[in-house]
Amino acid sequence: MRIRAQENKGRVDVKILIRHDMESGLRKTENGNLVPAWYIHTLKVEAQGTEVFNAQFGPAVSRDPFVNFRYQGAKGDKLIVTWMDTQNDSRRDEVIVS
Amino acid sequence: MGLGLRLGLGLCLGLWLWASAGWVFAQSSTEDITQYRDMLSDSNPAELYIAAGEDKWNTPAGPKKTNLKYCDLGLGAGKLEGAAAQLPRYFKDTDRVQDLESRLMTCLSQLQGISEQSIIDAPFGEGPKKDLNEIVAYVVSRSKGAIIKVSTQHPKEQAIYALGKKAFYTQAGPYDFSCASCHSQDAKRIRLQELPNLTSPAGAAQAWGSWPAYRVSNGEFWTMQHRLNDCLRQQRWPYPVYGSDLTIALSMFMAVNANEGLYQAPGLKR
Amino acid sequence: MDHQRREVMRFASVFGLMASVGLIAPAKAEAWSRAAFAEKSLDAVFRVLGASGAETSSALTFTAPEIAENGAVVPVVVSSSSSAEQIAILVEKNPNPLAAQFFFTARTESFVAARIKMAETSRVYALVKAGGIWTMAVKEIKVTLGGCGG
Repeated sequence: MRIRAQENKGRVDVKILIRHDMESGLRKTENGNLVPAWYIHTLKVEAQGTEVFNAQFGPAVSRDPFVNFRYQGAKGDKLIVTWMDTQNDSRRDEVIVS
Repeated sequence: MGLGLRLGLGLCLGLWLWASAGWVFAQSSTEDITQYRDMLSDSNPAELYIAAGEDKWNTPAGPKKTNLKYCDLGLGAGKLEGAAAQLPRYFKDTDRVQDLESRLMTCLSQLQGISEQSIIDAPFGEGPKKDLNEIVAYVVSRSKGAIIKVSTQHPKEQAIYALGKKAFYTQAGPYDFSCASCHSQDAKRIRLQELPNLTSPAGAAQAWGSWPAYRVSNGEFWTMQHRLNDCLRQQRWPYPVYGSDLTIALSMFMAVNANEGLYQAPGLKR
Repeated sequence: MDHQRREVMRFASVFGLMASVGLIAPAKAEAWSRAAFAEKSLDAVFRVLGASGAETSSALTFTAPEIAENGAVVPVVVSSSSSAEQIAILVEKNPNPLAAQFFFTARTESFVAARIKMAETSRVYALVKAGGIWTMAVKEIKVTLGGCGG
């Protein structure tokens, strides 16, 4: 995961890029077999222990997903970004707002 | 006439329309495509490859369990700032001109003990080529914003530039195609895709300076070796050996033509 | 524009009727709502979200390219001058129209940028729920393919 979080005048701009294939379940291989669906369905962001952003994805979110949102916060806020996918994989990263 | 109708006609009648009354359509479409690219230019997914490549650069790996901090890309051991913008170049230790990828193969082999043949033989995006992809992304990111400055001082640099020029203009294969068939005139396009004129400084700089790139069509990071391989496939030429002199020569031709241009890789492509 | 307005009217009347006979369930936040993403028609997604009477609003800004060079990655930006609780992005001609939805708190700005897949040229709907009221914006995005990779 690549997280950029920058504060400017009390507003924190958060940009998140995630490495994930986001398989839709509709794509076929060269042999004509369907590649099973496998995608991130939930992405949550907590700032200083409080949830500020919750995203729900279907299979139509692009491969290597990107989201950008903003919340009222401060430099030094600890962000915890967590995602979960349809095969129960998950990942949690932390970043400090600069 | 609404844009929707214009687009529908454009897609149906294709090149015929562009060739005649369609220039207005072509022009507005180009602006729209520019808007699309601008919206994607921030947060290029190539950043994910850069981060992974930085880890690979600094983490001991291979039979020798060493990292790549002593890899010399032409500016001295471990010096990465601006190095990619000056490649290909002649290297004394290997006594040949190398592009970024063939030079990284030398480093992986000498420093980490990974066999060059295992990298050459791997399919693009798999096994050791996948690792190399990420390292390439990291290395080129350290030249972003540098001026392209490729030397033609050494006789071997001159020789490989001449070979590249010859290869660029050679027509061959079942379609009797050369690189020049598509890339030696301004304002050529395939459907909506503009084709850079690689023989002009501006066209070469725009193309050379924006590869390697993340391609949205397949969600993969493509190196210049991968890109050239695909060009030759489209020309129906024989499959080129990864890191061979022919591939380095074609890169040398583009890179020298791009001299003084801005190095902006990694790019973002359709 | 006339065409879009008619579509809005159609949704408003159909959903107004459905709401009045209690056919519309309110959207549930938090847990991933598998049902909403599984729906196959625009109408059904509107219904599941509870976006019955959604009308266009000048408070809502929906930015997306006129033409996407590749349908695999289409950038969209939605923002609102009212304080949003929820934003949803729907692609009419995708097999499952709901692409993504976002939930906000009082501290979050009414703004989100994301990248979605489009199967073909289609109208794309940005829905914003603020103060319990859904509003929407519609934009047609054309998807092209072709060329050899830049």
